[in-house]
Amino acid sequence: MNNKFLKLDYDKGVLTLVFSGELTLYVLQEVQGYLFQQNISQSKKVIIDLQNITYLDTAFALFLSDITKRYHSQVLCSNTNYLHTLKLVAVHHEGLNKKYNTHKRNFFESVGKSFCKNYLAFLSFMTFVGKIFSSFLLYLKNSKNIRYKEIAFEINESAIRALPIVALTSFLIGLVVAYQSAYQLRLYGANIFIVDMLGLSIFRELAPLITAIVIAGRSGSAYTAQIGAMKITQEIDAMQTMGFDPYRFLVLPRIIALIITFPILIFVADMMAMLGGIIVAKVSLDITPSLFIDRLNDVIAIKHFYVGIVKGPFFAFLIASIGIYRGFIVKDDTQSIGFNTTKSVVESLFAVIVCDAIFSIAFTNLGI
Amino acid sequence: MSVLIEVKNIKTAFGDTLVHDGLNLHVKEGEIYGLLGPSGCGKTTLLREMVMLQEFDSGSIKILGQQIEHISEVKAQELRRKWGVLFQFGALFSSLTIAENIALVLNEYATLSKKMIEEIVAFKLDLVGLKQSDAFLYPSEISGGMRKKASIARALAMDPKLLFLDEPTSGLDPISAREFDELILQLRSMLGLTMVIVTHDLDSIYNTLDRMAVLDNKKIAYEGSLEEVTSIKNDFIENFFRERK
Repeated sequence: MNNKFLKLDYDKGVLTLVFSGELTLYVLQEVQGYLFQQNISQSKKVIIDLQNITYLDTAFALFLSDITKRYHSQVLCSNTNYLHTLKLVAVHHEGLNKKYNTHKRNFFESVGKSFCKNYLAFLSFMTFVGKIFSSFLLYLKNSKNIRYKEIAFEINESAIRALPIVALTSFLIGLVVAYQSAYQLRLYGANIFIVDMLGLSIFRELAPLITAIVIAGRSGSAYTAQIGAMKITQEIDAMQTMGFDPYRFLVLPRIIALIITFPILIFVADMMAMLGGIIVAKVSLDITPSLFIDRLNDVIAIKHFYVGIVKGPFFAFLIASIGIYRGFIVKDDTQSIGFNTTKSVVESLFAVIVCDAIFSIAFTNLGI
Repeated sequence: MSVLIEVKNIKTAFGDTLVHDGLNLHVKEGEIYGLLGPSGCGKTTLLREMVMLQEFDSGSIKILGQQIEHISEVKAQELRRKWGVLFQFGALFSSLTIAENIALVLNEYATLSKKMIEEIVAFKLDLVGLKQSDAFLYPSEISGGMRKKASIARALAMDPKLLFLDEPTSGLDPISAREFDELILQLRSMLGLTMVIVTHDLDSIYNTLDRMAVLDNKKIAYEGSLEEVTSIKNDFIENFFRERK
C-alpha cells in the first residue's frame, strides 16, 4: 500500500507521511486520492516528512497546509525554499475560508429578469430609432449636411455589389416555384394560370422577401460587424470627440443608401424571377414568352407590382437600422461582434416578416 | 546561479529590414532582467522569439536547457508549461471570467478536483492582490490595472519558473504602476521567479531591474547592471537616462 510519492509510517499512534520526489500539481490528485483511502484521522499525531522531496510547488503546498491545519501536524523539512513556500501558502490561506458563491436564481426571478432585459433592449432600440429621426430632421435642415459621397459609397457597397446575388437567387426562386406549380397545373389542364399565379406571388410577396433575406444576410450583417469593430477600437469615440456625429457619418448614409436602392433591387428581383417563370412556362408547359407576357398584361394589375415595390423602403429601414443598432451595442470583447451579427440577421428577418404580415393585412382591408 | 536563458547571435529580418543583427545576452536564475531600447528596436520581437511566437533567421536561443530553434513539438509543449507570459494588454480571454481564465491551464494540463482548483485560483488571486469577489467578473468589467494583475495570476497558474512581461506598466497610472513594480518584486521574493521584462518605464527600471540589455541600432548596446549604464556612450542611453544622472 505504497504510493510513489507518499509512504505512511505508523509508530505507536504517530503517523508519519513521508513524501518524496517532485511534488507538483500533476501528481496532486493521485496523492490526495491515495491519502483519502488510508483513513488517517484515527492517528493521534501526524508528522509530515519532506526531507526527501526534490521540488514543491504552491498547489501541492496548499494541500499540505490543509493537512497541517486539520491534524495539527508537524512538518519535518530542512530545505529553506520549501519551508518558504509552505509559509507563503499558509499566510495567504487565511483569507480563503470565506467561500465565494455564485448567486443561484429561481425560475420566477430569471423569467422576470429576462423580461426586464428584453424590455430595456426594446426601449433602447426605440431610443435609437428616435435618434435616427431627429438627426434625419437636422440633416435635412441644411443641404450641406448631406454626405453625398458616403451615400454613394454605401449604395455601391451594399446594393450594387449585391445585385448579382439578388438576381441569381430570385431567378432560381422563380424557376423553382414555376416548376413546382407547372406539374400541378398541368393535371387540371390549367396551364395558362401559371401566369396569374407567378405574377401575384412574385410581385407581391416573393421578390421583396427574397431581396430582404439576401440583403439582411449580406449587408445588414456587414453593418453590424463594421460598426462593432469601430466601437471596439474606439473609432466611434474618436469621431465624437472630433465633432463628427456618428449618426450623420455612419448611420444615415447607410440607411438612406439602402432605402433608395431597395426598391430597385426588388425590381431586379421581380424581373429575374419572372424570367425564371417564363423559361419554365416555355419548357414544361409550352407557353410562349409572348403569350406569357400578353396574359400577364391582361390579368395582373399594375397595383400588385407597386405593392411589392412599396414594401422596399420599409424593409430597408428595418434591416439597416437593426444592423446598425446591433453594431452600436457591441461590447468590448471579442465574442460580442459575432453574437450581435447573428442577432442582427435573425432580428431583421423577423422584423421584415412581421412588417410583411402587417402590410398584407392592411392591403387586404384596403382592398388593394 | 545558473543561466536560464542564453541568446546567441540572433539575426532577424522582416523582408529587407534587418531588425536584429547578432544579439547576445544571457539571463541568470532569480534575476529580473530588462529589455530596453527605443521604440521599434525589436524588444518585443525578441521577447516573442524567446516564447516561440516568432521565428528568427539565424542564431540560437537556449531556454531552461532547451535549444528552441530545433525543438520537437512535445518538448516545446513541455517548455510552454514552465513559463508564463504577460502580454501588453493582458490578453485575458474575454469570454471567460477571471477565475476561469486562471483555471484554464489547470483544467487542461492537470487532473485536479474542483475544490482544489478553486483553492489554487483563490491563492493566485491573493498572491497578486486581487479580491476573491473579483473572481467572477469578466475581463471587460475590470480596470486596466486589475486586468494586468489577473493576467499575471493566469501566467502564474502552473507555478512557472520563468515569467516574460511585455510592458507591464504601460497604460497604468503612476500609482498602479508603482504598485505593480512592488508586486513584481514580491513575486520574485515569494516564488523565486526569474523575469524578463520589456519596459519603457524609467521608474520601474530603477525599482525592479537587476540587470538589463539595451537594444539599439540592431545590436545590444549595453548589457549589465543599472549602475554602469550611464557611463556608456550611446545616444539613446544618454537621452533616456539623462534625468536620473
